[in-house]
Amino acid sequence: MKRTGAQIITALLERQGIETVAGIPGGCNLPLYDALRDSPIHHVLARHEQGAGFIAQGMARATGKAAVCLATSGPGATNLLTAIADAKLDSVPIIAITGQVPASMIGTDAFQEVDTYGLTLPITKHNFIVRNIEELLEVVPEAFHIALSGRPGPVAIDVPKDMQTQTLDITEWPEPGKADAFPPCDPEAIRQLADRIHRAKKPVLYIGGGIIASGASEDLAAFARKNGIPVACTLSGLGAFPANDPLYLGMLGMHGAQYTNLLLDEADLILAFGVRFDDRATGRVVEFCKHADIIHVDIDPSEISKIKPANLAIVGDVGNVLRSVMPMLHDNERSEWRGRIMELKDRFPLRFPVPQDPLHPMNFLQQLSMRTEPGTIITTDVGQHQMWVAQAYPFQRPRTLLTSGGLGTMGFGLPAAIGAALARPGIRAVCVSGDGSILMNLQELATLAELNLDVTVFIMNNHHLGLVRQQQELFYGQRYFATQFGADPDFARIAEGFGLRAWDLGEETDPMETVARTLNQPGPCVINVPVHQTENVLPMVPPGKANREMIIGELTYA
Amino acid sequence: MPKPVIELLVNNHAGVMSHITGLFARRAFNIDGILCGPVGDGNTSRMFLLVDEDERIPQVIKQLEKLHDVINVRERNDYDRTIFHRLHEFVESE
Repeated sequence: MKRTGAQIITALLERQGIETVAGIPGGCNLPLYDALRDSPIHHVLARHEQGAGFIAQGMARATGKAAVCLATSGPGATNLLTAIADAKLDSVPIIAITGQVPASMIGTDAFQEVDTYGLTLPITKHNFIVRNIEELLEVVPEAFHIALSGRPGPVAIDVPKDMQTQTLDITEWPEPGKADAFPPCDPEAIRQLADRIHRAKKPVLYIGGGIIASGASEDLAAFARKNGIPVACTLSGLGAFPANDPLYLGMLGMHGAQYTNLLLDEADLILAFGVRFDDRATGRVVEFCKHADIIHVDIDPSEISKIKPANLAIVGDVGNVLRSVMPMLHDNERSEWRGRIMELKDRFPLRFPVPQDPLHPMNFLQQLSMRTEPGTIITTDVGQHQMWVAQAYPFQRPRTLLTSGGLGTMGFGLPAAIGAALARPGIRAVCVSGDGSILMNLQELATLAELNLDVTVFIMNNHHLGLVRQQQELFYGQRYFATQFGADPDFARIAEGFGLRAWDLGEETDPMETVARTLNQPGPCVINVPVHQTENVLPMVPPGKANREMIIGELTYA
Repeated sequence: MPKPVIELLVNNHAGVMSHITGLFARRAFNIDGILCGPVGDGNTSRMFLLVDEDERIPQVIKQLEKLHDVINVRERNDYDRTIFHRLHEFVESE
C-alpha cells in the first residue's frame, strides 16, 4: 500500500505506542499535520515550541516512556532547542521531529530554513536528517531505540517537507524501537562491592536520577535497610528513596542540609549509584568525600571517573547491581554510625522558619505537602522556590518530582506539569513556580485552559529573580542589579484572562484552607502566593567551596 | 614523545565528521590532524585523529564510543607517523 512519508511517520509513532504528541504546525511540517489529522494520536497544540518540548518532557519524566514533540522548520526548530538540551542534561527520552525545507532547497537560505541538524547535534544523544523516504522506516524506530537504551536521552529527526509528501509502497513494517536489554553484572565486581560494604564503618549512599531511570527505588530501599546505609539524594534523585525513612538524609550539596554534607565528609565509603558528580552536588570536587573510597555504579561508562576517580566502578544498570548484591549483603544495624548520624542531625538539622510565618516558602511548601494526595506529581521551575521544594517537600515516590536539574531551565514547570497530567490521568500535577520563571512559558496557560487538566500552579511571588538576588547579596557585596522587578503583574487576573480559576492568597483570610479546597476541585487553577521579598535559600555552599563550608545565615529561624 | 593517534571506524555518511569534531570542540579537546577515508565497500570510513598528549584521552575515547555512528575506537601508538609529517609539509607549503 502506498503511503506518504508523513503517513509513514504517524504509523510508526502509533506502532511505538505513542498516544499523545505536543507541537505546533507550520509550513514545513504541514504534510505531517495533515497525516496526524487522520491518526488516532492525540495532538496537543502548545503555544510555543519550547512549551511543546517541555510537555513531551513532562510525559516522559512522569512515565519513563519516550515522548514526542513536533515543530516546523526554522524558528519552530530553534524554539525547541532549550527543551532538547534540557532533556540531554537530565537524560530524558524525548523524540523531536522537525519539519525542514524541501531537500532541493536546503542550503539556499530558503524561508524558515535553519541548520536544525547542526543545531541539535551537540544537545542530543543522536540526531538524524532524513535524506530519502526509505530511511524513515529505519530512522524512526532507531530514534526510539537510541532514546530509551542505556542512559536515556533526546533524539532529533529533521524531515524535509518533500520527504513527508513523497510516497513509498509499504509491504512490511519495521519492529518498534525499544530499549536494549542490560548486560548482566560482572559477578567479581559484585563480590568486591559486597566486600567493601562489609568492611566499611561509615558508608553513605549518594544516589541520583539513575535510580529513577532504572526503576530501582524498591531495590534501593531493600538494599539500604538490610545493611543500615543512610541515603543522600541529588536533586534529580529526590523521590527515589522515601523521605519518611529513618535512613533518609535529604538532599546533599549546595543547598543540602548541613548535617547531610557533614556526614558525607565523615564517610569512609561512598556508594555513588546513578549519579554523575554534578558540581551542585559535590561542591569543590577535590574536597568532596575526601576520606572515603568511592564505588561508582552507572549505566554510562563515560561517567566513571569523569569528575572523581572511582576506587571500584561497575558499568551497568543500577537496579541489576542492587539485586545482584542483595543475596551477599549482611544484615547490619550500624548502630554506632547511625548514632553519629542522629547526633549530627540534631546539632545541624535542616532548619525551618518559625511556624507562625506562613509567608515563608518552606512553611508554605511543608503545609502544602500535608494537603496533597500521595502520588501527586510536583513540577518546579528554577530558582529559590525550586530549592525550597527540594528541601521542604517530603517526596516519597519516584517520578513525583519533575524538575530541570542539569540545564536549570526557567519556564520548565508549567508545560512539564501539563505533560505529567496528560500522561498520568487521575493524578494531580502541581507546578510550583516563581514570579520570574512563570513568565518564561506563561503562554502555556492557554494550552492548560484548553485541555482542562488537573493542574494547580502556585506562583511563589517575591518580585525578584530571587536566587540571583541572593547571590548578589552574598557574593557581590549587595550590589543589586537587574534582579528586582519594577512591574507587578496581577497573576490571578492574568490567569482569569486565560479562562482559568485563580486565587491570590494575599487576599484570603485562611490561605491554607483555600489551598486545600482548590486541590480537591477538578480542573486547573492558578494561585498567587505572596512570599517574603528578600528571603535567602539556606544553607548555601558558595560556588567553588567545599560542601562543609556552608553559609548557615542569619537566624530568622526557630 | 610522539603524539597519540586515535583511530576510529565510523559509518560513512554526511554528518559523522561533524559529530566527531563537534565532540572535540565542546569538550575542549584539541585535534592536531585528521586523516580520513572510506574503507571496503564505502559504508564505513577509517579516521585517524592526531591529538595532544592529555590525561583526558581515556575520557575522550569513552565519549567517542558513545557516538551512534562510531563503530570502534582505539588509541594507536604503533602507526607510521611520517604520514602526518608529510601532511604537515603539505599544509605548510604555499
